[in-house]
Amino acid sequence: MDDLLAEFLTETGESLVELDLALIRLEQAPDDATTLSLVLRLIHTMKGTCGFLDLVRLERVAHAAESVLVQIRDGGVAPTVAVVSVILKALDRIRAILSGVTATGAEPAGDDAALIAELDGLASAEPRSVPYEEPLADAPDQTGGGPLPGQTIRVDVGLLDELMNMVGELVLTRNQLLRLSRTRQATGIDPESYSLPLQRLSQITSDLQEGVMKTRMQPIGNAWNKLPRLVRDLGLELGKPIELTMRGAGTELDRQMLELIRDPLTHMVRNSAGHGLECPATRRAAAKPETGAITLDAYHEGGDVVIEIADDGAGLPLGRIRAEALARRLVTEAELAKIDDARIARFIFHPGFSTADKVTAVSGRGVGMDVVKTNIERIGGAIEVTSTPGQGCKFTLKIPLTLAIVAALIVEVAGERFAMPLTRVIELLRIGMGGAGAESRIERIGETTMLRLRGRLLPLVRLADVLRLGRTPLAGAMVPPPDPTIVVARIGVAIVGLAVDRVFDTEEIVVKPVASILRALTVFSGSTILGDGSVIMILDPKGVAQAAGVNGHDGDSRVAPAYNPVTSDERLPMLLVKAGGGLMVIPLSLVARLDHVSCDRVEYAGGQAMTHYRGRLMPLVAISGALDMTRPDQAVLVFTDTEHPTGRDRGVGLVVDAIVDVIEDTLQIQRIGSRPGVLGTAIVGGQVVEVIEPGFWLTQVFPDWFTAATISARSGPRLQAESLAA
Amino acid sequence: MIAVAGMTPMALVTLSVAGQLCGIPVSDVRDILSARPITRIPLAPPEIAGNLNLRGRIVTALDIRRRLDLPAAPPGAALMSLVTEYQGELYAMLVDCVLEVITLPGETLEAIPSTLPRTWAKHGAGIFQLPDRLLVMLDVTRLLDLAH
Repeated sequence: MDDLLAEFLTETGESLVELDLALIRLEQAPDDATTLSLVLRLIHTMKGTCGFLDLVRLERVAHAAESVLVQIRDGGVAPTVAVVSVILKALDRIRAILSGVTATGAEPAGDDAALIAELDGLASAEPRSVPYEEPLADAPDQTGGGPLPGQTIRVDVGLLDELMNMVGELVLTRNQLLRLSRTRQATGIDPESYSLPLQRLSQITSDLQEGVMKTRMQPIGNAWNKLPRLVRDLGLELGKPIELTMRGAGTELDRQMLELIRDPLTHMVRNSAGHGLECPATRRAAAKPETGAITLDAYHEGGDVVIEIADDGAGLPLGRIRAEALARRLVTEAELAKIDDARIARFIFHPGFSTADKVTAVSGRGVGMDVVKTNIERIGGAIEVTSTPGQGCKFTLKIPLTLAIVAALIVEVAGERFAMPLTRVIELLRIGMGGAGAESRIERIGETTMLRLRGRLLPLVRLADVLRLGRTPLAGAMVPPPDPTIVVARIGVAIVGLAVDRVFDTEEIVVKPVASILRALTVFSGSTILGDGSVIMILDPKGVAQAAGVNGHDGDSRVAPAYNPVTSDERLPMLLVKAGGGLMVIPLSLVARLDHVSCDRVEYAGGQAMTHYRGRLMPLVAISGALDMTRPDQAVLVFTDTEHPTGRDRGVGLVVDAIVDVIEDTLQIQRIGSRPGVLGTAIVGGQVVEVIEPGFWLTQVFPDWFTAATISARSGPRLQAESLAA
Repeated sequence: MIAVAGMTPMALVTLSVAGQLCGIPVSDVRDILSARPITRIPLAPPEIAGNLNLRGRIVTALDIRRRLDLPAAPPGAALMSLVTEYQGELYAMLVDCVLEVITLPGETLEAIPSTLPRTWAKHGAGIFQLPDRLLVMLDVTRLLDLAH
């Protein structure tokens, strides 16, 4: 493709975006002479260049569109919605032809006769209204299409000169260093003499870094310029008048970021128009102006760019979100009652979550906000939603200025170094294993370790385990380091402790993408080269947590900042037992009797341990998995089911290692469902214990244990064996 | 070796992997590196030896012995590498030793005998009969296509 054509494609691409915006302005303000002359000038230039380059189809379409615009200028035709729609259709056609030209270098074949006739009809018409007919039917996808031809950006000449100056200085500094190194070889000189040029080199490097960054900076308006057209067309399609306000369009961010947030932004604006805003009748009834408002706002805050997308619609349908969350078993009813609205709203970020009643072209396909959230988090950003019933909903995106250079914490695990993005790190802890009395310590329950930090339980992940490091033959048997350092990191809304061997410095690292054959490794987000020339991998905390199973089924909502998703504020008597190597509790009210069964009275029938108990056979289930027959007797918690429909009561014995105590305390389950048979973890009487889920054990013997009497939760946790208390 | 007149000359970089003489077309080789530190990558496929730094670019190192199902190199062995470009990214293939560049008549390339282990047939483009020994020509694209 020759240069002339390439330049034409770039320029026309820009003109088309400008034309879209100007036409929509014109539609809203028909008397705006400045806009009209801008539109005329743009399309006239386009037509002229097409003729010059012998692009016949383009020229004809542009000419027909220009004729209509001339009629508008002369007052022959008013720029009504219908008229503007036809002109926009012509622009879409021009776009379609252009993409053909980009691909092949020549105009694709096609017939524009119908479109030209329509345009000519408008141009020659005496003032009359043209029936409005589906303007989107022809080329609905052209507006959202990929980047238009030409991967060039415009850079301020002053900035370019500045960069050249810095490069000049860089060359001088290099010469100085070279000379120093030569004289040093000859005579041997004081290493101190290096320090000045090195200092300058460091200064120039950071200036250059900043300068080159600036050339990549683009106003965020570039990612927004397709939105007015999108909103206009959506408004017509849905019969909702919508006003789009964009503030802070000049806010700059990295070109690469701009590309990455374009789609999520479009999606959210679509959502706001589609489900956020009500239809005019509803709005009238709610005493709101008929025209809905969508507002985009962008500004710098610290090292981040904040983008807000707000609408003045009905707000998120919290009731439907609750119902959907329940239907999808993301929460239980009891938990739901305790969750505030802000956290309910966050459920829309769950994969596949949709509350739309029907699937439309606009929204409601269930692939939505979770994808947006994933994309935003992938580029190191965060997304929040706030919603006020009846007044609207606001999404706030916080994204870093650039992807290329980030501050990172360098950590060491089993002799290997890794970088961790500093934005995710909340604090660093150094803890003696099991040291008592400290405000933070490591607790161990069975195989699981947890971090107890100022009264909160956080999942603790050993990085060496996740990365399967540290079991090299040289290292021998793996001994946990006596005082691991713990990096407390934020992953989405969850907080996780990551145990590492050592923490080095923080360093500004240049992020390089991972080779494509390693893309499947979600624990890494990239790689980088350190000052000493070594290559290290950049950890993705989210991927690490997922690999460790931390963020798996319990999702964001349960390990949320509140840290007490399930509580029972009233003090209740609980039975403290030893089982499976750890301490466990169960509310005493659920247990019918405590007893000991002597081992010589245990018999097996069909693989099931049984015992004679009060005149009938009672099955035994051991929490530790099997009965320890070496002991003289077994400590048993007896559960009975008096409401069984057969009228006969039956019982099950839950075998534990030892019955320790009965204590009275509040029950606050902090980590839910760490393993089957356990409701979660709680701090009872100052100790970390697991809470037994009796339902799991009882249904192992009698699968129908609960079918007779359905029990609802009483105080927070699903203590399904409630009926047993009777 | 001198190309026979009238034949298509084929320039190969020869190398040895676990005692076997192999060749890679010169046009596929971007760089030849002496032994240098390699950062291993946890959880990566076993064929990936790690990352290395090539003048500020990060290059993924591929363990050719592993790829060809040959016994692993003795620990601490100084392995050289051949850098090649595949799908726009740089890869370093770790070999025991890079020998020399030779030119062979392309027409004398023979198909890999079916009696060789399947990995050779999978990653080799053919075999040359040199006067004293055999040379397996490797197919870089197939070596780097880990999906196969």
